[in-house]
Amino acid sequence: MVTLTINGSELELDVPDNMPLLWALRDVAGLKGTKFGCGIAECGACTVHLDGEATRSCVTPVSAVQGRQVTTIEAMAEDAVGQRVQEAWLDLGVAQCGYCQGGQIMNATALLKNTPKPDTQEIVDAMAGNLCRCGTYNRILAAIERAADKEANS
Amino acid sequence: MSRLDDRLLLANVSRRGLLKGLAGGSALLLAARWDLGLANEQAQFGAGAMPGGWVDNPNVFIHIDSDGVVTIVNNRAEMGQGIRTSLVMVAADELGADWDRVRVQQAEADQDKYGNQNTDGSRSMRHWYDPMRRAAAAARLMLEQAAADQWDVPVHEVRADIHKVVHTATGRELGFGELAKVARELDVPGRNDLVLKSDSELRFIGKESGLINGELTSAYPKAIDGEDIVTGKAVFGADVDLEGTLYAVVARPPVYGAKVKSVDDSEALDVTGVRKVVRIEGTGQPAAFNPLGGVAVVATNTWAAMQGRRALKIEWDTAPAGNNADYTSDAYREALEQAAQSPGKVIRQTGNVEAALEDADQRVSATYYMPHMAQAPMEPPVAVVVIKDGRAEAWAPIQNPRATREGIAGLLEMDLENVIVHQTLLGGGFGRKSKPDFVIEAAAVAKEFEGQPVKLQWSREDDIQHAYFHAVSVDHLEAGLDADGKATSWRHRTLSPSIASLFAPDPKHKGEFELGMGFNTMPFSIPAIRLENPPAPAHVRIGWFRSVYNLPHAWAIQSFAHEMAVAAGKDHRDYVLDLLGPDREVHNLTVGDGWNYGEDPDQYPIDVARMRRVIDRATEEAGWGRETGEGRGLGLAFHHSFVSYTAIVFDVEVSEAGELTIHRADIAFDCGPQANPERIRSQMEGACVMGIGIALQSEVTFEDGVAQQDNFDTYLLPRMPNAPKVVRVHLIDNPNDAMGGVGEPGLPPVAPALCNAIFAATGKRIRRLPVGNQLAG
Repeated sequence: MVTLTINGSELELDVPDNMPLLWALRDVAGLKGTKFGCGIAECGACTVHLDGEATRSCVTPVSAVQGRQVTTIEAMAEDAVGQRVQEAWLDLGVAQCGYCQGGQIMNATALLKNTPKPDTQEIVDAMAGNLCRCGTYNRILAAIERAADKEANS
Repeated sequence: MSRLDDRLLLANVSRRGLLKGLAGGSALLLAARWDLGLANEQAQFGAGAMPGGWVDNPNVFIHIDSDGVVTIVNNRAEMGQGIRTSLVMVAADELGADWDRVRVQQAEADQDKYGNQNTDGSRSMRHWYDPMRRAAAAARLMLEQAAADQWDVPVHEVRADIHKVVHTATGRELGFGELAKVARELDVPGRNDLVLKSDSELRFIGKESGLINGELTSAYPKAIDGEDIVTGKAVFGADVDLEGTLYAVVARPPVYGAKVKSVDDSEALDVTGVRKVVRIEGTGQPAAFNPLGGVAVVATNTWAAMQGRRALKIEWDTAPAGNNADYTSDAYREALEQAAQSPGKVIRQTGNVEAALEDADQRVSATYYMPHMAQAPMEPPVAVVVIKDGRAEAWAPIQNPRATREGIAGLLEMDLENVIVHQTLLGGGFGRKSKPDFVIEAAAVAKEFEGQPVKLQWSREDDIQHAYFHAVSVDHLEAGLDADGKATSWRHRTLSPSIASLFAPDPKHKGEFELGMGFNTMPFSIPAIRLENPPAPAHVRIGWFRSVYNLPHAWAIQSFAHEMAVAAGKDHRDYVLDLLGPDREVHNLTVGDGWNYGEDPDQYPIDVARMRRVIDRATEEAGWGRETGEGRGLGLAFHHSFVSYTAIVFDVEVSEAGELTIHRADIAFDCGPQANPERIRSQMEGACVMGIGIALQSEVTFEDGVAQQDNFDTYLLPRMPNAPKVVRVHLIDNPNDAMGGVGEPGLPPVAPALCNAIFAATGKRIRRLPVGNQLAG
């Protein structure tokens, strides 16, 4: 039994210590917004925030997150920066299939929290770990710049 | 665009479609008469010639609640192309619905009711645009009639406005919701009575909105699923959540055709959460859509199932795989390159190529290679199946619902009506999910657990190692040029295993539909042409990958045309425009066996003028001919596929260390009429990035029949740093030709355009994909 704090709520989950957070979220806690893409931290579809830092949940055992704040895509609409990122995503029609976009948004939001006005190279570097097979990178980049502009102006 | 095509009026609505319809007492349920014309089956081309044909009955597609909410049924797979938005937009526009009160409902798998649902071949909009407009126009006329009846005025005095009907003289109004109940009692107007909206009355169709080359014009109407996607609520295959679900993963034979010899599952069964280990029988070769066989581990969660699979001890019997177990990519490539030196089956011949080559002042020759690739959609294959009381119900991200139903019914020996298949959103398809093997595999496991849902999840390793691989290919070309550099002869030998090997004993030659993808339809005007197809056996499952055989054909032809221009000392653009020859319509029956993406070649010829137009546009926009400086250059390629036309110019720079920077891509695209230009742009942008991966990174190789790449650390896909700094899409305004495909035609010219640009920048010719580290040093 492990106790996790997910999106501000404490949850007791009957899972082994070594279960990756991804599967605890999806199969046990019923939070399906965090996606499985590779299982080896190569694609970023499973990105969550761990104490605010973008983290690949597919390689993060639940034992490593006890006592820490786990935030998932489901909570981003309640987050000021996350909301701006989501709005920029919608304004620019970023998503195609959408499967990777939760992870992209989580990664982008963490970037903007740490670096509110990233330059283009900082964005590209920060997002290089998130794959999108539909190839929406140019719009992701534009959306992050748009969200960053709004942030700076707000 | 608004003209009703008379030929379409001859086609039929399924009678079964009349009897069904959406439930809901207050709905516009049009249970009335509907013209029955000739059957779809009589159509030779287009939507009517597809299995299930088309349906334009408003009963089937449009549902209006008394509160005014309009629900439009989408019968095509949504895999990122935006069809749930675009097709619904088409219907909503014709109906006159307020976008904010429009909902979409995904059709379940029922081809008799919904018409053809097989979402591949870039067909959704070109086959469903007209039927959806007709269905919506019929519903609108009925709402008008209902209002006229209520006001007791002639119907010509009323007109539908946005989500309401207005009596012009008195200004009286009734909302769609208020009219739905009356309208449902009315006869459905015949197709000949429908008047579609004129272009000037349209609000959504064909309107440029959204992001246009970096500028946001208007974000309306927003994508149907956009908000669910950005908030994590969108339901993809793996997100289907049923009470009591069991989770399964499968260990499959590492070599195509191998079988389980023995399995020791004792340690697997000791893993916490593992419930059962189940053997799955494979059906051997050809595999078609059947499971490969193997051993399934079923557990209370995905992680436990994966751990259990790791603990299995399986001995494989490779004898049934035959020489697939010897399949090694380097040796295979060399064998194909060798075979390409000898004549093959003649596919097309004009003039005397051998004589013309002998007489040529200069001969150019090159061999091109494109490797196997896995589609690798971000969502790996996954399916949920529950079997209970002689019925099976499945939820899965599938491109081909009918084949899914048939496959499950076949496996379980059930009647088709006892198999219900729900189509979730697809986390990417790219052809992988045209093959429902993973759903049928889930059914094979679920039958061991009567009444319990089984979610079968493929890992990324499963996905890449057991893909339906894009065919490996060798293309050998030789051309003769005269003293002016003008082409006098063209000989092209193409070698690839055929997708037909998936369904029948390996034909070792490409089929008509494969050759028709840009090989025999090569439109150059050259006096002597010979196209040949030497044999190439299949050793793995070969399957559709976005754009399919257009990829190797465009790669080879567009690279070679550039090599010819270089040999001739001519500008590449000028040279290919000359190769294309005078503006004319090439009827595909004159150059091949007749494959034309299922379309009427009279309506969809290969139009050289349209090809020229996209080349002109892309090169103009890119500033073709401008001075680029050392280490930088422009590269061009173009291609006709899925009855649309694409040209791309890349502006690239290669550093002395071999580091590639893609400064810009200018893409010109002509698909005829554009239903949703914003989503067309997004498809071109995405195809550009995917094509860059095909050019630079992606390759699956085999050793002794086993795929050597298994995840994104070895099977490389393009990432944000690989994308062009700027992608500009230039849509050709061409409302007059017939509508073409969008999802696939952007992809084929990308790799050759990029490699041509690399040549322009460096003088280094790439003939073997992927580029990998060929630019280093």
